[in-house]
Amino acid sequence: MKNKNYSFYLGIAIISTLAFIAIFAPWLTHYDPIGQNLMSTLAAPSRHHWLGTDNLGRDVLTRIIYGARIDLSIGILAVLFPFILGTTLGLISGWRGGWFDVILMRIVDTTIAFPFYVLAIALVFVVGAGPKSIILAISLVGWVAYCRIIRAAVLVAKELDYVHAAKLSGLPTSRILRRHVLPNVISQAIVFSMSDIVLSILAIVSLGYLGLGVPIPTAEWGSMIQEGQAYILQQWWIPTIPGVMVVIVGFGLSLIGDGLVKRLNK
Amino acid sequence: MNFLSYAGKRLLQVIPALFGISVFVFTLVHLIPGDPADVLLGQTATPARTKLLHHQLGIDRPIIVQYFSFLNHLFHGSLGTSFYDRTSVSGLIAGRLQASSFLLIGGIVLSLLISFPLAVLAASKEGAARDQIVRMVPIIGLGMPQVWIGIELILLLGLKVHLFPVSGFGYTFAEHVRSIFLPSLSIAIGLSPILIRSLRASMLEIWEADFVLTARSKGLSRIRVTVSHVLRNAIIASVTVLGVNIAYLIGSTVIVERVFAIPGTGSLMIDAIGRRDYPIVQGVTIFFALAVVTVNLITDLIHAALDPRVSL
Repeated sequence: MKNKNYSFYLGIAIISTLAFIAIFAPWLTHYDPIGQNLMSTLAAPSRHHWLGTDNLGRDVLTRIIYGARIDLSIGILAVLFPFILGTTLGLISGWRGGWFDVILMRIVDTTIAFPFYVLAIALVFVVGAGPKSIILAISLVGWVAYCRIIRAAVLVAKELDYVHAAKLSGLPTSRILRRHVLPNVISQAIVFSMSDIVLSILAIVSLGYLGLGVPIPTAEWGSMIQEGQAYILQQWWIPTIPGVMVVIVGFGLSLIGDGLVKRLNK
Repeated sequence: MNFLSYAGKRLLQVIPALFGISVFVFTLVHLIPGDPADVLLGQTATPARTKLLHHQLGIDRPIIVQYFSFLNHLFHGSLGTSFYDRTSVSGLIAGRLQASSFLLIGGIVLSLLISFPLAVLAASKEGAARDQIVRMVPIIGLGMPQVWIGIELILLLGLKVHLFPVSGFGYTFAEHVRSIFLPSLSIAIGLSPILIRSLRASMLEIWEADFVLTARSKGLSRIRVTVSHVLRNAIIASVTVLGVNIAYLIGSTVIVERVFAIPGTGSLMIDAIGRRDYPIVQGVTIFFALAVVTVNLITDLIHAALDPRVSL
């Protein structure tokens, strides 16, 4: 079992490194991520520009580094809200059952009928492009997964002896839910949230590519892929590296998620 | 409970979902603060367009009347009229369906061609080297944006080696198939990490099932058990896994159509956004949601037909 934990720590190391890069971006590069230099456009990699420059003469490496800020922070925020909302609703729904549960499950059925990208595109169209809309769109769809995971776990947990004991000892429901049920049902939701962050970053990148995400010229991996597509034959790395960054994030978070599963199953 | 009563019960479950979809799509436009016409039309607003939109949205009427009028149109198969060229939205969607269907079917076929063998291979011996390797696929593949996969495929198989066209849909059947190969492959590579993970898990369950143990203890060879016992159930598992992911799959076609300039339903929606053509955005949203509900219904029914335990 020992070597299996290495992959968990490798995941932590990867994500911490990326977080470090995102947080300390201004100290890692002295270029401006949106500062154009039309005198040196599409420059090849050199000592000054490690990954060259794009069609507007912006330093590609700098934009990748600043892109990490945008994509990681929106990705995490966009999972935080549905996590809290879905967990709360799933907890109440599973515990109370009855009409609340019936109505909530019908809302769940409706939400999962919409392909995520279609719903997100429609919402962003109505609300307007930008980080807030992306977070809103992902939250509106994302809570469903947490709600279902938590609800299923609560249905099992509420029949367990320690929960019955807590009930019999006259503890208030809110306390039972917070102190006794929640800590025992939350783990699966936390594991799922790891791959969910990846999915939400994929959504940010895809919306950015479609021109419906974070508005240009902000450095964001999706719009970098879109802008780089036109120059792929000469400068293949401009659209390629932002995608590789997402793969690395996905790899790190998957390792953490799998590692958590192993730890919980011990 | 037999298959028919299961089918009936399952059909009834569709009604609340349809109701929910109609309410949601109807509400979408009401989420806009102020005059929706200003926001929806943006810079394309002209007095005539604003008036037409007010009329189409019927904002001057009570909200409940608006909803029922919207519902009434839906029941008659009318998804409204495009602002841009005044043609019917249902007609526009129908015109784009061929390309999208090609892409969807291509995506499903290639996804299964990639995921099914790998999942069977991995599950045939849990924990073996081949299982470990296959399990790495989702870990690495999950983070690959489909737009990015598409662009890399364009570069490698379209531009460096001129194997496939990199955009458009062609005019003949053969051209369609050639044109949708790379886009379908992008969808398949993006979907495979999810499919492989679920399929492998289902197949491990099958291998541990009692009937497989019985077959093995009767002395049947591993290959014989795989072919006649495990594969049948693995196919059922694939239908279910695909059904569960159909919404994701349809969503992928929207994105990938854009990368490869395929004139499908997704492109219709994205183009409409550029022109702020609200009826098309609304129509395509409803259309896709209905498609997902229908496909989920069909996969559940197929599942019940293949596996009698479902309708119990």
